[in-house]
Amino acid sequence: MQFNVKDRPSMGDTPLHALDPRMKLVVAVLLIVGIVLTPERALPAYPLLWALVASLAVIGRVGVWRLARLGTVALPFALAGLTLLFTTPGQPLATVGGLTISDAGLLRFVSILIKSWLATQVSILLSLTTPFTDLLGALESLGIPQTLVLITSFLYRYVFTLNDEADRLRQARASRSAAPTYGRGGGRWWWRAQVAGGMIGNLFLRSTERSERVYAAMLARGFSGQMRAIAPPPLTWRAALPGLLPLLGLIVIEVLARLWWNG
Amino acid sequence: MFIPVLAMHIPDGFLSIPVSALGWLLLIGIVAIALRQTRQQLGDRQIPLMGILAAFVFAAQMINFPVAGGTSGHLLGGTLVAILLGPWAAVLVMTSVIAVQGMLFQDGGLLAIGFNATNMGVIAAFVGYAAYALVGRVMRGRPGRHLIGAAVGAWLGVEVAALATALELAFSNTASLDIALPAMAGVHALIGIGEALITVAALAFIQQTRPDLIRGSEASASRGSGWIAVGLLIALAITLVSPLADPNPDGLERVAEDQGFIETAQQPPYEILPDYTVPFIESEAASTILAGVIGVIFVVGVSYATARLSKKRRGASGSQPI
Repeated sequence: MQFNVKDRPSMGDTPLHALDPRMKLVVAVLLIVGIVLTPERALPAYPLLWALVASLAVIGRVGVWRLARLGTVALPFALAGLTLLFTTPGQPLATVGGLTISDAGLLRFVSILIKSWLATQVSILLSLTTPFTDLLGALESLGIPQTLVLITSFLYRYVFTLNDEADRLRQARASRSAAPTYGRGGGRWWWRAQVAGGMIGNLFLRSTERSERVYAAMLARGFSGQMRAIAPPPLTWRAALPGLLPLLGLIVIEVLARLWWNG
Repeated sequence: MFIPVLAMHIPDGFLSIPVSALGWLLLIGIVAIALRQTRQQLGDRQIPLMGILAAFVFAAQMINFPVAGGTSGHLLGGTLVAILLGPWAAVLVMTSVIAVQGMLFQDGGLLAIGFNATNMGVIAAFVGYAAYALVGRVMRGRPGRHLIGAAVGAWLGVEVAALATALELAFSNTASLDIALPAMAGVHALIGIGEALITVAALAFIQQTRPDLIRGSEASASRGSGWIAVGLLIALAITLVSPLADPNPDGLERVAEDQGFIETAQQPPYEILPDYTVPFIESEAASTILAGVIGVIFVVGVSYATARLSKKRRGASGSQPI
């Protein structure tokens, strides 16, 4: 995982940024559901779905190719599905090293790849155009328990602090470890695991101590178990309406896919 | 170990909608209980403590250690947090971590958060904690039982979570079970060793510097019969379901016919796991499944024997005249 939130600005003044986060979250989830539900054999639907995602990217000024590239992040997982090529019953297409690839297997594998790629792009688009705190607010309005949302907002608040803490630990380790330019470093791998474990134990102590300090500071400011926040404005039809457009596109594509291209 | 860790974070598109929905339902139910339990246990401290420790898990996953061949391992953390704070707290912490990984880093999909958090949060925490409590009980009074228990728990937590991942993929018909299950089991048997080592080292460090933090968890682990039962039930259910769950029975026969299959399947386009494909290429698929089943039967047998012994002892001491 890369710690690259900082170079992912989620602020902007496009219609996509301006869309109510609650609506945006619902639309994103429905888009992903739609993408996953697309029939495998409806091949013309895939470019259309991509066009839908890409047009949203254009509206949000994210960059269609950049989004397409970022969307490949989940593709290594396809290794898990690679076996479908050979195990799905169907007409034999080709033989690779004594193994037969069936047409149904190829279709299934490729459709999973494309669906995963498209769904990941939707998810990235959501995170690129919505500040994370807004996303958390949307989750709470949509019924996720407030305590869990608050825990997650504390995670978000302190993850950078603790990552800096972990950086200091790593720096300390690096400055005490010789790294030869050739060959391998010192110690066996289980010894290195011990060092890493000790660092993590240390980080745990620093984290618990910090949580005690934070709790004391919260008490000092009058915390009584309740978090008070300004209630989000009610979701009006006017604010939600633009979000219906991509859903309309999705419905058209899915209906076409089921009626015409599913033969 | 970077990529196999990814292999536990299921992206969107790999779980069918019914399977995703089931994952969400499971997670919602368990998180609701976890919220109530930790609230009782921690009171007002619940939010800052859980939140900052979730950030801790996030940051701890950044601390890697080089293993071999340019790969490096890092902690998953479910079992460590379960041992330190109890399994309910671990459920909340890990759910929060996995939700952020999914929403912010696309490390795992949005629809898949339900099962991703169930696998790496709930299952890793419950199974790992159950094994930890069980070992603590079996080795009662002996030194080192906590560290051994932590090692067993961390390994088993990772392994069962990996098996669950393979099952979910198979039920979604996005991987054939007869390959995915031994592959996941094989790779994560290795990852589990790294997880066990780091967990033990972290616990040993905390035991030395802040023994007071460990003491609480020891006390709660000693009365963890319920946890042992729940964790083992989960482990057993997942292991038993796996052979029954193959939605594509043709696959097994075909693979059995084609001996060279696995090597071919590991060819590029995605040559990302050159070091991790080795363990399960060398080991036979069937033997891995067998090993898993034997392992669980062994653990269950030990736990059953322990439970009977402790019941007998209790019964005997109760009937003795004072």
